[in-house]
Amino acid sequence: MTITYYLALSVILFALGAVGVLVRRNAIVIFMSLELMFNAANLVFVAYAAYYQLINSQLFVFFVMTVAAAEVAVGLALMVAIFRTKHSIDVDQMSALKG
Amino acid sequence: MALGSVILFAVLALVVVGSALGMLFSRNAVYAALFLVLNFATVALLYLILGAPFIALTQITVYAGAIMILFLFVIMLLGAEKLPDTARSGRQRWVAALVALVFLAEVGLYVAYRGSNLAGMPALTADFGSPVAVGLALFEQYQLPFEITSVILLSALVGAILLTRQEKQRS
Repeated sequence: MTITYYLALSVILFALGAVGVLVRRNAIVIFMSLELMFNAANLVFVAYAAYYQLINSQLFVFFVMTVAAAEVAVGLALMVAIFRTKHSIDVDQMSALKG
Repeated sequence: MALGSVILFAVLALVVVGSALGMLFSRNAVYAALFLVLNFATVALLYLILGAPFIALTQITVYAGAIMILFLFVIMLLGAEKLPDTARSGRQRWVAALVALVFLAEVGLYVAYRGSNLAGMPALTADFGSPVAVGLALFEQYQLPFEITSVILLSALVGAILLTRQEKQRS
């Protein structure tokens, strides 16, 4: 059982998250894909914590989770605000700044 | 013993990748959120295998619990579960395929050149990653970042309330 397995799994997860951000149009699903990418990064942190026997990188996961929680709260509030004015959360419709 | 852990990892990895794919391709946003809950719970099991019980339980409570409840609340509040969600324009789809290919090629190169000479995972001691160890490191070594996260959470709280507040004049 080497760390390579965990790295491969994490890269696959990250790639799936990136594909989700680029392919989907529903802003909430794009947000969920972002969370998937956070998750992939956290998995690498925890895998290397076990590999090097260091507790520090587990703490980084803790901080990533805290910041992700704050980010989700603000992001979803933004989405509610956008939905109120545009009655849609389709990201292709949010083109008011397009020249 | 080693074979058993590989099989366990393979099963968990299949569930993780499968639920991520399910999230990606489900039309209904509620199903996508539920697939993501499954994904987070399975990754938490991987954390347990890697000797991080505190992080695993934080993942369950914060991610699979609090954050996904928030997602489901907003999906149902907006009635956004059945948006017409066809894929985006062709060019963006090509970019997505390219990004995925680049990432997979990267890990392929890594395994080809470095994967063979990496040592196996060392055996973990019983108290590695225990809540006591995490708490001691958090409050001794990372006291300042810990306090800063509380400020971040407070500002996110204020920001979220401010953003969703209905203005009196408009209504």
